[in-house]
Amino acid sequence: MIDEIHVSVSSDADIVTARQKGRALAAELGFPITDLVMIATSISELARNIVLYARRGEIVLGVAIDDRGKRGIVVVARDDGPGIRDVKQAMLPGYSTSGSLGLGLPGVRRLMDDFQIVSEAGKGTIVTARKWSQ
Amino acid sequence: MHVPILKQGPYLIVTMQSALADADFLQLRDSVMERVGKFRSRGVIMDVTALDVMDSFACRSLRDIAQMIKLRGAETVMVGIQPEVAFTMVQLGLTLDGVVTALDLEEGLAYLDRGNKKSR
Repeated sequence: MIDEIHVSVSSDADIVTARQKGRALAAELGFPITDLVMIATSISELARNIVLYARRGEIVLGVAIDDRGKRGIVVVARDDGPGIRDVKQAMLPGYSTSGSLGLGLPGVRRLMDDFQIVSEAGKGTIVTARKWSQ
Repeated sequence: MHVPILKQGPYLIVTMQSALADADFLQLRDSVMERVGKFRSRGVIMDVTALDVMDSFACRSLRDIAQMIKLRGAETVMVGIQPEVAFTMVQLGLTLDGVVTALDLEEGLAYLDRGNKKSR
């Protein structure tokens, strides 16, 4: 059993570390290469959001197991930053408050199998995303 | 991480590695722009074969660099986007509008050579 991997994120170098560790874990879980790229890219987007909006936070990587014993990877991006005022709006492609492309969150939702976001203004944001191996 | 930029006749060849952080892209932009002027380059090949992740920041940075190179009168060809990276880019909605792409270094150089002959 693989323990949870915590990567604290506060710089662009941490974004690279987080996505490399996520890719390595996903490879260990037997994901095919296309999935590895999708998972690593998702982690990159989530970690960049932390640096961009909250300045610091963490990415937690772990193994997910569903009711039927199917395995997958779970990626949690957590911060105590300013939070998202309007989550619905933040999930719209092209919406951004930072001048970025605004494709991060809606993109991650498309790349992963499950996606949840909990955010409250002033309290931070927690994004949980899972991908199941075939 | 340092990104090697090779001068090959009238062209520059930029070879990107897998673990590029955001700051590396900004540094790359500055060094490519400096060299295009210094060597009076006609074309730039950006080889992303080794790049394992093309996220929204990387995509926007490379698009911006290509646009700046164009404004300096040179052409950019991006080569070596891996199939799984291309798949992920499409899923994310990332596009490289206005950037010429080619399968690999060989195709990229052939493209630039054709353009160079025309303009002579």
